[in-house]
Amino acid sequence: MSDRENFSVSRREVMAGGAATAAATAIPPAQARAQQPPDTVPTMPVAFQVNGKQVKLDVDTRTTLLDTLREHLKLTGTKKGCDHGQCGACTVMVNGVRVNSCLSLAVMHEGDEVTTIEGLGQPDNLHPMQAAFVKHDGYQCGYCTPGQICSAVSVLEEIGKGIPSHVTEDLTGPMRATRDEMRERMSGNICRCGAYSNISDAMSEVAEG
Amino acid sequence: MRAFTYERAGDPAGAAKAVAATKGAKFIAGGTNLLDLMKLEIEAPTHLVDVQDLGLDKIEDTDEGGLRIGTLVSNTTLSAHPRVRQDYAVLTRAIQAGASGQLRNKATTGGNLLQRTRCPYFYDPNMPCNKRRPGSGCAAINGASRQLGVIGTSDKCIATYPGDMAVAMRLLDAVVETVKPGGDTRAIRIADFHRLWGDTPHIETVLEPGEMITAVTLPRPLGGKHVYHKVRDRRSYAFALVSVAAVIQPDGTGRVAFGGMAPRPWRVEAADALLPRGAKAVIERAFADARPTPDNAFKIPLAERTLAGVIAEARS
Repeated sequence: MSDRENFSVSRREVMAGGAATAAATAIPPAQARAQQPPDTVPTMPVAFQVNGKQVKLDVDTRTTLLDTLREHLKLTGTKKGCDHGQCGACTVMVNGVRVNSCLSLAVMHEGDEVTTIEGLGQPDNLHPMQAAFVKHDGYQCGYCTPGQICSAVSVLEEIGKGIPSHVTEDLTGPMRATRDEMRERMSGNICRCGAYSNISDAMSEVAEG
Repeated sequence: MRAFTYERAGDPAGAAKAVAATKGAKFIAGGTNLLDLMKLEIEAPTHLVDVQDLGLDKIEDTDEGGLRIGTLVSNTTLSAHPRVRQDYAVLTRAIQAGASGQLRNKATTGGNLLQRTRCPYFYDPNMPCNKRRPGSGCAAINGASRQLGVIGTSDKCIATYPGDMAVAMRLLDAVVETVKPGGDTRAIRIADFHRLWGDTPHIETVLEPGEMITAVTLPRPLGGKHVYHKVRDRRSYAFALVSVAAVIQPDGTGRVAFGGMAPRPWRVEAADALLPRGAKAVIERAFADARPTPDNAFKIPLAERTLAGVIAEARS
């Protein structure tokens, strides 16, 4: 085994490991909490599907869907940005519809079907939108990218379903995936690096498919 | 976030009863505003009653030729409904001018009506705020008030109602249907739903404890041209500085409501009658009693110019 193989840990795995370490250091307060009378920290069972797999958990009622995905299920593709529904980094699909996973409680998702960036495509089996983001350089640091891609896929579906937007001129006519439409519909996803024009290129390519 | 217990209600009256029975309990539907506020501990419910299973997610024609919108209908679904797009386009326009795609997918009709103000002092627990902590004072009145209210406000609070959807509903004379914990129902005109709060800015609506919105009904369509113009600091995904909702008939008569100006969607029926005389006459009447701060006095001429643009669009 070469040295290189010994150190073949991806940046992604290091980041995920870092999150696990952070979770581990948080154990003492969690234990302290567990020693309190149980009724002060209500927990509840919840079961739903994530990326086609059934999961069953017992969570503090306060746990958001975002924290459940990242901290309980280790699906760290979905990112925490503002944690207040303002940036879109946490965007996932629930029952086929994009939502901010930071503004939803896990216990509210009994029986739901959740799709995260990991479910949309994998490194050897990219979703066409993921491939288009790579091709058009639709990111710089990449932190907002999973949310951008989940949103971008949903935006094209929403246009396909005929859902109007703020910039739709004719509310009763057919919807078209114009640049203006896509830009308006992506306004809930902020990119601090400013990769917007490349994101728009990537989406246009998929839309023209 | 403070700890809370959670239950999913099975029927509307049961949900109302469950909230009334537990001190500090709240309904949760989409949760987009409530959870935001709970993370900041501005809201700290002890118990949440989740209403998502109540089946109140349908849009139906009424016998009077209007529309009944179940309280759990999402903003996206409502704005995309064929009859809303055809007959109540101002409502589609208003909804699509607000929030983001993700939020509109979760936000519900009833929840949207109940959203809290985005006054920056309400959102900052370090600052006094009569709405967040009654009696603590108002940091906004002599603070940064550019976004805040110019009319219908009080010496205790100058916050605005932040939403867009309700401005269109006020224009359309919608009616809010509710159920009380005992099972009684009532219908509240939207004009009466949001309070002008005076000395009690923490009480924002006329809903009683445990009373739950079940639907919003729209009367028969008005015809005419439907326009919603929203002026904001960025082109998308921002709250209104000023918004104008209008339905204008071919003869120039019509009705107009304003957002971003007051504790509730602002409409003065006597000002509607002045529409044929142009924007200036309408604004002078609708905002005759305005008490703006030096920071937000610009909203009144901005409203006039926005309305002039709306009238021009309706005539085009």
